Amino acid sequence: MWIRKDLLGLEELSKEELELILSTAESFKEVSTREIKKVPALRGKTVVNLFYEPSTRTRVSFEVAAKRLSADVINIAAEASSARKGETLIDTGRNIEALKADIIVVRHNASGAAAMLARNVNISVVNAGDGWHEHPTQALLDIFTLKETLGRIEGLKVSIVGDIAHSRVARSNIWGLAKLGAQVTVCAPRILMPPGIEEMGARISYDIDEALHDADAVNVLRMQFERDEQKAFPNQFEYLEAFGVTQERLKKAKKDIIVMHPGPINRGIEMSSEVADGANSVILEQVTNGIAVRMAVLFLVAQASDSRKTEAHE
Amino acid sequence: MREKATVLDKENLARAVTRMAHEILEKNKGTQNLCLVGIRNRGVYLAERLAKNIEEIEKVRVPTGVLDITLYRDDLTLIADKAQVRKTEIDFDITAKIVVLVDDVLYTGRTIRSALDALIDLGRPDSIQLAVLIDRGHRELPIRADYVGKNIPTAQGESVEVRLEESDGKDEVVIVEKEI
Amino acid sequence: MNKNNKILIKGGRLIDPANKLDDIGDILIGAGKIIQVGKDIKVNSSLVIDASGRIIVPGLVDMHVHLREPGRKDKETVASGTKAAAKGGVTSVLAMPNTQPAIDCPENVRLLKESIKNSAAVRVFICAAVTKGRKGEELTDIAKLKKEGVVAISDDGSSVDCDKLMLKALSKAREEKVLVICHSEDKGLSKNGVVNLGLTSTRMGLRGISRESEYGRVKRDIFLAQKSKARLHIAHVSCRESVELIFQAKKKGLKITAETAPHYFALTEDSVLGYDTNMKMNPPLRGKEDVAAIKQGLADGVIDIIASDHAPHTKNEKDIEFEQAEFGVIGLETELAVSARELVHKGILSWPQLVEKMSLNPAKILGINKGTLSLGQDADIVIFSADKKWKVSEDNLVSKSKNSAFLGLDLPVVVEYTVCRGEVVYSDEVYRH
Repeated sequence: MWIRKDLLGLEELSKEELELILSTAESFKEVSTREIKKVPALRGKTVVNLFYEPSTRTRVSFEVAAKRLSADVINIAAEASSARKGETLIDTGRNIEALKADIIVVRHNASGAAAMLARNVNISVVNAGDGWHEHPTQALLDIFTLKETLGRIEGLKVSIVGDIAHSRVARSNIWGLAKLGAQVTVCAPRILMPPGIEEMGARISYDIDEALHDADAVNVLRMQFERDEQKAFPNQFEYLEAFGVTQERLKKAKKDIIVMHPGPINRGIEMSSEVADGANSVILEQVTNGIAVRMAVLFLVAQASDSRKTEAHE
Repeated sequence: MREKATVLDKENLARAVTRMAHEILEKNKGTQNLCLVGIRNRGVYLAERLAKNIEEIEKVRVPTGVLDITLYRDDLTLIADKAQVRKTEIDFDITAKIVVLVDDVLYTGRTIRSALDALIDLGRPDSIQLAVLIDRGHRELPIRADYVGKNIPTAQGESVEVRLEESDGKDEVVIVEKEI
Repeated sequence: MNKNNKILIKGGRLIDPANKLDDIGDILIGAGKIIQVGKDIKVNSSLVIDASGRIIVPGLVDMHVHLREPGRKDKETVASGTKAAAKGGVTSVLAMPNTQPAIDCPENVRLLKESIKNSAAVRVFICAAVTKGRKGEELTDIAKLKKEGVVAISDDGSSVDCDKLMLKALSKAREEKVLVICHSEDKGLSKNGVVNLGLTSTRMGLRGISRESEYGRVKRDIFLAQKSKARLHIAHVSCRESVELIFQAKKKGLKITAETAPHYFALTEDSVLGYDTNMKMNPPLRGKEDVAAIKQGLADGVIDIIASDHAPHTKNEKDIEFEQAEFGVIGLETELAVSARELVHKGILSWPQLVEKMSLNPAKILGINKGTLSLGQDADIVIFSADKKWKVSEDNLVSKSKNSAFLGLDLPVVVEYTVCRGEVVYSDEVYRH
């Protein structure tokens, strides 16, 4: 059963909680196939999308998910305040709470921002990505797509390729996949491989061909050169050469290897266009599944909050 | 919880279902445009049994679907301790159909209200009828059943449990008293 | 209370490592001094404190305290900081110079001295900066600072990066017989880091502070101390490699002393995983092996002293995103209790050994005549109960800032009286009712 007010990351979730989200999402997927793509489950609830980083993709996905549950949605594009200037995150959160909103979906450039917000408000907080820390709904939709395509997670070999050091998508995927029994390999240039990865339950590879060799699926991370503090690669072409997922590389991998990408894709940098649009790609399915997964998450945290309120009254 | 009385045993339960099948056919003058939709969980098995009975009588298999009404409940907290959200499985178009909604017990009417909302979101049937195995009274909404297996007047402190082979291992309906 | 009145403290367990004393007895105080120590002292005094079942020790000497004056009275003042010290059983503090402006010239020392004269509840000794503005570029006038009464110099908060300048500072300090305290951190390596580098920094998605950034600099500072033959005190040791380096240096006979803070042996990096900014300090909380090494270092005498590194910050500076929050925690009011809980109760140090680490040794290192219960000594004394418990909460901390790493914890030592210069500067009576 789901009892959490918030979804902050996959690290803290049990295998059972992960499975509950996935199976709930399965039911929600059906809603999006209907003529009337809407159910009244969150009617009268208000979901606030509080985004401190520009992100059309995730924000829209959450918005569509909330609307298909009949919730009212308010989008706030906020500017992160400096330490001594502007409204603090906690103040902003408390103001949103005072508006009697029910769920805050927060995206922030600081790791731990969602946890801090959740500690300081009584309403639900869903982490839509905090710094390099976690992006739980992205990993959940990746896992959902894998399960839908390959029928299982247990025993799958999944490789995650890219800038692991600065990737919240990688962290959430490692926690989620490892708990569900997949064998995770992370592949990155040495300088973009953070310490402690093996203790998190993943295997390390510095060779893309080796990482692809017997993988059932590969999740290709977006290479963000603007975040590459160490300047690991002088330019994008060198990256494609060394770590990019190309058709030639896929030819040496399993024939039906699944290719995923959290988007938006840098075509010709971390992935070639042929691969992105090719038969192995499930990138657009990921987008569709993102809605079902986010509907499930919004529904579960709202349900948990409501039963808390009931208990408080009793 | 204490069991007070068995109101339907296996044989009587079967008879009631058969009678309801006949009534459905009689009222709708056959199986033309007819379909059955069971409400999770036990309504699904009852719909299946009705379909089987109808098939035996008319030699026609009517389309049968499964409705999950979790998302249409008027109070989220009521389902917090219930089963999780599951899929609605209706693989035929209900538009212009006569839909017979099937459930095990009719009580306050709130479940049926939710089911009507859920159905109407799926299409525009010509009519919706309601079949329940047990009507125990205490309605809170203006809803009544078209087909009733058995009327059982109950007190508020009692509840009716429908047990079916498919979910509970045996067929029977009992009245239980809630211990306070 | 009149200074000339006598105070008789009766029937407590007297622990005074300087005089190898650990026995039940009485102490008589008069005119601000210790007049008599012994059994069944019978004398007419204006105040008799029944200390039966209590422990009586020399007032604690905390040589790493940020009083935030001048410049940041919103975080702490000499008055509030020394009040917190008195509550924690601390009767002498060394005020660190990373103030605004820094204590880097005689004028600023005088400014601070004025405030101390007007408002300090316990003794405050002054540590001045090594370089002007703590910028690591130009040395302060150590001779002049010494004349103003400064007992130590440090650029605490930063390390003097330039080897040559650090060597010069050490040589000058040796001439002037001033202690150099170093904050050993290579900021080139730890840049932008906020938690221990390793699994913790990766799990949290934060930049890490490597152990190497500490011990690499400890190594350099030891080398420079050896070269200059200066006395060197290494502040807030947090990792196992540093302990080992200090052990080796001491074995060679170098005049090096070392300090740690209660949070480095009471907490591990696991405490920071919930992004609690009260667990954010520099150096950061480290791993289990590091905590074990720190404890071992304390037991072996490699680490000479425990100091709080009392670093008050306002709520505004802590209740923000983890990366942006200030480093540091307050500790004056909890250091004795936390140390007792982690070291004495766990059999790592005896009570006399703990008193050495928190009173006698820091006094010796600073060259101040404190930390003993000898006859004729200034009457700086603490009486505490080791049987009672208290829960740390924002409400019962008297420091102006509440950024304690131990909020919510039950601690086993309750300070009942703190006597400084023969006067009761703190008693817990208000809390007893």
